[in-house]
Amino acid sequence: MTILKNDMRYIRNSDDIVLIRQVVREWALMIQFSLVDQTKIVTASSELARNAVEYGGGGVLYLQIVSDGIRKGLKLIFEDKGPGIADIGLALKDGYTTGEGMGLGLGGARRLVNEFNIESSVGQGTKITIIRWK
Amino acid sequence: MTDKSKVRIFDIVNSTENEILENWLKLQISSTALRMDLLSERELRQQSAEFLSLFKEATSTGNWDINDSGWSRVLEFLDSISRSRAIRGFTPTETATFIFSLKQSLFTTLQKTSKNGTADLIQDLCDITLLIDSLGLFTTEVYLKSKEEIIVRQQTEMIELSTPVVQLWNGILALPLIGTLDSARTQVVMESLLSRIVETGSNIAIIDITGVPTVDTLVAQHLLKTVAAARLMGADCVISGIRPQIAQTIVHLGVDLSEVTTKATMADAFKHALNLTGAIVKKKQ
Repeated sequence: MTILKNDMRYIRNSDDIVLIRQVVREWALMIQFSLVDQTKIVTASSELARNAVEYGGGGVLYLQIVSDGIRKGLKLIFEDKGPGIADIGLALKDGYTTGEGMGLGLGGARRLVNEFNIESSVGQGTKITIIRWK
Repeated sequence: MTDKSKVRIFDIVNSTENEILENWLKLQISSTALRMDLLSERELRQQSAEFLSLFKEATSTGNWDINDSGWSRVLEFLDSISRSRAIRGFTPTETATFIFSLKQSLFTTLQKTSKNGTADLIQDLCDITLLIDSLGLFTTEVYLKSKEEIIVRQQTEMIELSTPVVQLWNGILALPLIGTLDSARTQVVMESLLSRIVETGSNIAIIDITGVPTVDTLVAQHLLKTVAAARLMGADCVISGIRPQIAQTIVHLGVDLSEVTTKATMADAFKHALNLTGAIVKKKQ
């Protein structure tokens, strides 16, 4: 997989979440995502950015336009240095939350993208990588 | 910074105050950064003279740290000047030029009156540069702060303006939502909707989300809470303006909106609401 373009943004508070949505939409437009695909990746990144702020105490988003030779895609890596997730399986379960939300964000984000990978260790932080191919 | 140089600079400022002021005014007026359209010459003269006398007073203390109490009156005066310039529409450069052009005028005077040789002159120039630079940075900081205050005020105004609840028909309210729906705004939206329901005695409210670009789980949760609150007050809610891409996203997210009546467009929602109230729309014969 080759990286054609990359950049990063900080996610510190809820105002940054709005900016994250804007920059992800901008990047999705850059590789001519359809309206549905744009909305899907923007919504997924909104969920993950909010998780980074609410549970991870803020984090970083790495944006990449990647190509596997045949097609292009938007790869987003959300990284925080928060408390980490003890039980990833449980966290992905619909309706489970330790906060006040609906408990659908993480699982929902996974369903909105083509590739979803989550690495987390307690006390170290969480790194979530998503890719949506065109 | 040596005490000797401080005393020397104070002496020069004290003895040639008028000359420095005239020079400074000339520099400010000739500078392209001065906005004569926004500030009269009389006002400028008054501001410059007052600043210079405060400046002289502060340098006489021998303490050249602008955070020191001896400088508080200078800073207060600069604060008011920067603020008024920011409000009048000056740029940061135009605002900071007020202070930075004083440097040039001081340099000229120093150069003329210096008798003790180059080493002293360099020391003096160095000291003045440090001092004026910190004052210049202060004006820029105040300038930015007053701009930020304007932004915050506008944000609050925007929140209040952007949530109009309109009455479409007897007993039917509409709430067209536009923009990002965060927690603070949802609170305002919910409050104004609920109070309008009471005021108008409406029993149907149409919440239109055509202008909401992204509906994620937080927005969905806010919507469901608003619907639930309205229902507690005896009003039914219809959510309209669900575009195809939003519908797909909501399904993937797993958000259950089946409890709520939803329509694709505001027109559909209105028709549905009229139906519920028993009203019929007919063409004239």
